Amino acid sequence: MSNFELLCAIVPSAIIDTLWMTCASSFFAFLFGFPLGLLLYATSSGNLFQNNWINRPISAIVDSLRAIPFIILAATIMPITRIIIGKAIGNEAMIFVLSISAIPFYARIAELSFREVDRNLIDTVRAMGATRFQAIREVAIPETLSSLISGFTVTVITILAATAMAGFIGANGLGKLAISYGYQRYNLVVMTILIIILIILNNVIQWFGDRITKRIIFRCQGLQSSIKNLSKDRSNIFFEKN
Amino acid sequence: MKHFNTPLLELKNIRRFFQEAILDDVSLTIYQGEILGIIGRSGAGKTTLIRCINGLDRIDSGKIFFDGKNITQLNDSDRQLIQRRIAMIFQHFNLLSSLRVIDNVALPLKFVGYPKKKRRQLSLEMLDLVGLSDKASYYPAQLSGGQKQRVGIARALASNPVILLSDEATSALDSETTQSILELLVGINQKTGLAIVLITHEMEVIRSIATRILVLEHGRIVEEGMVKDVFARPQSTTARSLLQLMIPALPTKISEKLNPYHGQEAIIELRISGAEARKPFLNNLQGETGVVARIIQGGIDIIQGESLGHFFLAISAIDKKKLEKAREWLANHSDKSEVLGYVQF
Repeated sequence: MSNFELLCAIVPSAIIDTLWMTCASSFFAFLFGFPLGLLLYATSSGNLFQNNWINRPISAIVDSLRAIPFIILAATIMPITRIIIGKAIGNEAMIFVLSISAIPFYARIAELSFREVDRNLIDTVRAMGATRFQAIREVAIPETLSSLISGFTVTVITILAATAMAGFIGANGLGKLAISYGYQRYNLVVMTILIIILIILNNVIQWFGDRITKRIIFRCQGLQSSIKNLSKDRSNIFFEKN
Repeated sequence: MKHFNTPLLELKNIRRFFQEAILDDVSLTIYQGEILGIIGRSGAGKTTLIRCINGLDRIDSGKIFFDGKNITQLNDSDRQLIQRRIAMIFQHFNLLSSLRVIDNVALPLKFVGYPKKKRRQLSLEMLDLVGLSDKASYYPAQLSGGQKQRVGIARALASNPVILLSDEATSALDSETTQSILELLVGINQKTGLAIVLITHEMEVIRSIATRILVLEHGRIVEEGMVKDVFARPQSTTARSLLQLMIPALPTKISEKLNPYHGQEAIIELRISGAEARKPFLNNLQGETGVVARIIQGGIDIIQGESLGHFFLAISAIDKKKLEKAREWLANHSDKSEVLGYVQF
């Protein structure tokens, strides 16, 4: 089998596997990481729901999980994976492990974003008579939206990198191919192509995340309308020339 | 001169401690419809005072009455009802960058639970009041500082408050914009009878629009009175030093040479007010006593519609009889005249 035939046979399904693991894990990372980050922010000292009894233990758990390298975490929680997913290898098992490792990661990133919220804004709406929940819903979240999204982009890319590692421990996808063809058989061509695909995936995700973030920032700075006007002006020039 | 005597908010002997006393036995009353200026240097306790008034800080002792009711011990949700009657504007505007101007103005109404249509309508009315209805769909980042503060004022007024707290609201603006914001505030005060509390370190702001003034120093109120009285006769050292830049002072070149006994010229400090300040008093002095006086420093200022004059005069002291006559005339035609000393040129 030539390299080309080989690639055609194995790469498409590998890309789908990788994307599936990345998307599903990113979904869970957001679903649990976001509220966890919000909880860490809100209960930290000097903030709306200041509570050390909640903040300290959660903080400790989040930091401990983050301290364990992904591959070791995967091996450590294998029994738990087996109970919850039914098996310890395969894509679904890896989604579970990837989520467990990405949730605390995104929680910390989200917390960092929330910490950027101007305390004066919170005070302002509190003085208007907003409840603490209203202050979070109407101020903390909308004001940090762009930073929450760029943080999420970083998380997705980290998960993408981790799926490659998951190839070592029983997940399919580009990572597994890179390991079995590139590392174990030392097929340089296949390896290079796989790396290029990973780089492209990475860049597409980053580009997409940046686009959303920029749109929010531009909107807040009122640049969207001026950009629209600018392109309108350009098209006018274009038409005039013709 | 209007008199304001319906108390809205009363603070009685409030204290606030951190490591040391930030507010020490502060009592003050905000009356309906007045413009009260609270002035102090940084660190005097202005911010803490305002946080106690709007309920962001708890007080350690003392009592707060709103509309005659003791609200010191109220729980959070009851306190919120009162907070909604006390609106606030800020030095840095504190607008939400993610919301359009109209949604910023509508925010307090959202907290009260008004339906969307009503919020929109009221917010547009408020924007109209501050002259920004054409900017409703802009984002704050697209506005100038003065416009942002107008949005801040519109937002504050949206919840139909009875007291408007202004925390250094003009300190970040240039003097022309400051003036237009102050005019807007006075207009609203006269139209709606809203009480305004101006917390500031700028005497100029208080001079232009306040009726009453409180001087804060080290967490205590060191002086309290009508603006025109405090400006004419500041009692506390804090008030005097804060007013220093606005009140004429004897040039140091002359005050250094001053001696209490003899010299060619006598230096007289003179304060006049009301009708006397509108007369050509130097001319009259010369006409009635034949003494010529020279102005070294001073001028006439109009505060709260009253003319206040403060002068330093030099009068020849060679003829003691004439000088005595002039002193007598000045004493009869002024609020205060005092010979500071003599100068030998």
